[in-house]
Amino acid sequence: MTFLKVLFWLLVVIAIALFTGWLFRQLLVRISSAPMAKFIKTAPLTAGFGLLVITIYIICAVFAPFIAPFEEAAILTSSYEPWTSTYLLGTDNLGRDVFSRLIYGARNTVGIAFLITALAFLVGTTAGIYAALKGGLIDQVMSRLVDVLMAIPSLIFSLLMLTIFGTSVISLVLVIAAIDSTRVFRLARSVAVNIVQLDYIEAAKLRGEKTSYLISREILPNAMAPLAAEFGLRFCFVFLMISALSFMGLGLQPPTADWGSMVRDNADLISFGDITPLIPAGAIALLTIAVNFVVDWLLHRASGLKD
Amino acid sequence: MTTGKGAEPNNAETLLTMRNVHIKGLSDETWVDIINGVDLDLNRGEVLGLIGESGAGKSTLGLAAMGFCRDGCKITEGSIIFDGLDLLAQSKEELRKLRGRRIAYVAQSAAASFNPAHKLIDQFCESPLKHDVMQKSEAVSYAIDLYGQMNLPEPEIFGYRYSHEVSGGQLQRAMTAMALACRPDLIIFDEPTTALDVTTQIEVLAAIRDIVKQFNTAAIYISHDLAVVAQMADKIKVLLKGDEVEQADTATMLDNPQQEYTKSLWAVRKYARAEQAPVTGQVPVIEIENVTAGYTKAADILKDVTFAIHKRRTVAVVGESGSGKSTTARVITGLLSPRKGCVKFAGSELPASYQARSRDQLRHIQMIYQMADTALNPKLRIRDLIARPANMYLGLNGKALEERVRELLRMIEMEPDQYIDRLPSELSGGQKQRIGIARAIAAEPSFIICDEVTSALDQLVAEGILKLLDRLQSELDLSYMFITHDLATVRAIADEVVVMKDGVVVEQGQKTEMFTPPHHPYTELLLGSVPEMDPKWLDRLLESRGADNIGDAAIAKMR
Repeated sequence: MTFLKVLFWLLVVIAIALFTGWLFRQLLVRISSAPMAKFIKTAPLTAGFGLLVITIYIICAVFAPFIAPFEEAAILTSSYEPWTSTYLLGTDNLGRDVFSRLIYGARNTVGIAFLITALAFLVGTTAGIYAALKGGLIDQVMSRLVDVLMAIPSLIFSLLMLTIFGTSVISLVLVIAAIDSTRVFRLARSVAVNIVQLDYIEAAKLRGEKTSYLISREILPNAMAPLAAEFGLRFCFVFLMISALSFMGLGLQPPTADWGSMVRDNADLISFGDITPLIPAGAIALLTIAVNFVVDWLLHRASGLKD
Repeated sequence: MTTGKGAEPNNAETLLTMRNVHIKGLSDETWVDIINGVDLDLNRGEVLGLIGESGAGKSTLGLAAMGFCRDGCKITEGSIIFDGLDLLAQSKEELRKLRGRRIAYVAQSAAASFNPAHKLIDQFCESPLKHDVMQKSEAVSYAIDLYGQMNLPEPEIFGYRYSHEVSGGQLQRAMTAMALACRPDLIIFDEPTTALDVTTQIEVLAAIRDIVKQFNTAAIYISHDLAVVAQMADKIKVLLKGDEVEQADTATMLDNPQQEYTKSLWAVRKYARAEQAPVTGQVPVIEIENVTAGYTKAADILKDVTFAIHKRRTVAVVGESGSGKSTTARVITGLLSPRKGCVKFAGSELPASYQARSRDQLRHIQMIYQMADTALNPKLRIRDLIARPANMYLGLNGKALEERVRELLRMIEMEPDQYIDRLPSELSGGQKQRIGIARAIAAEPSFIICDEVTSALDQLVAEGILKLLDRLQSELDLSYMFITHDLATVRAIADEVVVMKDGVVVEQGQKTEMFTPPHHPYTELLLGSVPEMDPKWLDRLLESRGADNIGDAAIAKMR
């Protein structure tokens, strides 16, 4: 019977999620301009739900100081307080409010993950398309270099790099962005290789266009669909990577709140059957799913696939 | 005999009856009519030619004759009776038993239709074995037999090759043989020779016709090329946007078409502009001097090619695929540096690579591509596509640029207000090609290379493009190099002709000179292989040349 019960609640949760997704989509259709509304109407309910979750996260991240009831690093009371009306999700191992830290964590983790992914894409896409466009020796050298970097397991490589360069936010951003840009490079190159053979690229070359124009105006717009999908996935991986590094103590440094280290700090509670440490993990999972819902929808549209 | 073929073939016996067939297709979430109530009758042993432009519903109707619809299509009304069986009422299982065994299909691109991982003969044997018509050994010997009848080289070992190891014309014949594997009652040929060179096309046509006659197989022959259909079909049906225009037997149809639309189709091939007198004593716009070129490390593709193109003249470069036509274009544009020789523009030598050429040199040589689909960036609007060269080369900006784009659109006979903000995907094939032309003339060039610009288009549309190019030439003093394998195009627009074979210029001269004998044997073969609008043409050709003297075989003898 427990199984049926779980199944029932699961279905209820999915139904609620889809319903809120629908509500949110209706809301967006109402408040946006006509062409935008037409575009949003094509979103499936899953994407509507995804958009809702992402919006909530963004609001949390931007307005964290106003939403959170307490300071990010303030030690308020004794450690491991249970859930009460003052401390909504109880307190952590140092007596800080878990709910407040969860909201600040959105700001830190999501913001930095976004920054890293954007940086990785900027570098990886430009380099990948450049390699495809130039071909020959330049392509070989760049591709083999990327192969070498990719041969090293990314977590171990980033641990190594962070140990060397220290654990400041800047080095964290640069190290993960560098590692991830190799993956983006591979994708961008393989997509661009097919595009550079087309006649319009030849026409643009013969027109005397500069490489920067070829990359940004002729190739990139046509490589957008797979890259956008990859952006969504990559964002999730980066996100998990930061959390994993934080869990191991090499990511964002205390007292900055982030979801990975919050799981670690309160991991002891799990042995006592308290689910509080799982809530930041759930927040990570929820965002990952939401981003992928939206990316799936955009990819579906961009590729022009029919049902 | 399992298929009821024991009965003596009787030509008056009806094999296929289609009545009031309606087919709809899904496009942007609405159902659009593709076929609106077409009737079709086919007797045993009869060949029906289906003619129409792209989008007329030829292929859809052809597939419907097998009871098949492409994804996103459905047959909404009508009946399709094949030898007493209502195909629309059959289960998928029943239809599967029918297809391949009693109805077979030959697709346009044999290269894309064969599985490259299996030998040809294994693919041949697949359907007789699946349908339990033959044992493996029987099927193999039957395949070898058919390959022989199809005039394929070394029929005993031909089937043991893979699809990439044989030529396009051979592959198309192998596919026809495969369609015959179960001795079907009906074969549907969907543009089987469209992708082939003229000389190769003849072999395939001759082979198909022989074999269809010999087995008394009924066939539906789909094509947009009237001259080809005229050789193959007993009767012709003309389709336009899903409606039947008219139907008659071949001779009547050719001599005395009733409908205006059919007459216009027939008239297309008669377009020809007056040839200009030869020029002397002028500096040519483009000179190609003793050019020898090839790709990295490979053998020379071009060998000592020399010809010149004068102001306001059109030079057609003709030849089979692989003859070096396009490579010549690449040398002129600077995409490929020649090993020997050079290209001169207005008397002065151009740098070998386009990267070393000045912006002005680039501006003067423009190119129009065969596939307008891949020649226009699908993410840019018409406005930006045309504006870019005008902005780059002539420094136009803002209002002046906008006005120039509109003027160019008017020059190519497209209404600026309607089209300026569209994406290439929102245009038809002919319109896309016109945008390609607008982009080329936006640079205000003096020389344009037209690489098979009309070969992907329907005849009526192609004619419009040729007329446009002709008009632009006299308005803007342009010189054209026309790369083509279609001699009808040459006849229509060229002043001079250069015939290429295996990277060598075999003959060149004025158009009228070139079209009057005596010719170089290769030119002779090329000219003789262009189908004419006469149902007896193929017979006469085979009679005069013999089956061994057409296509690849004839070319091989020339070596």
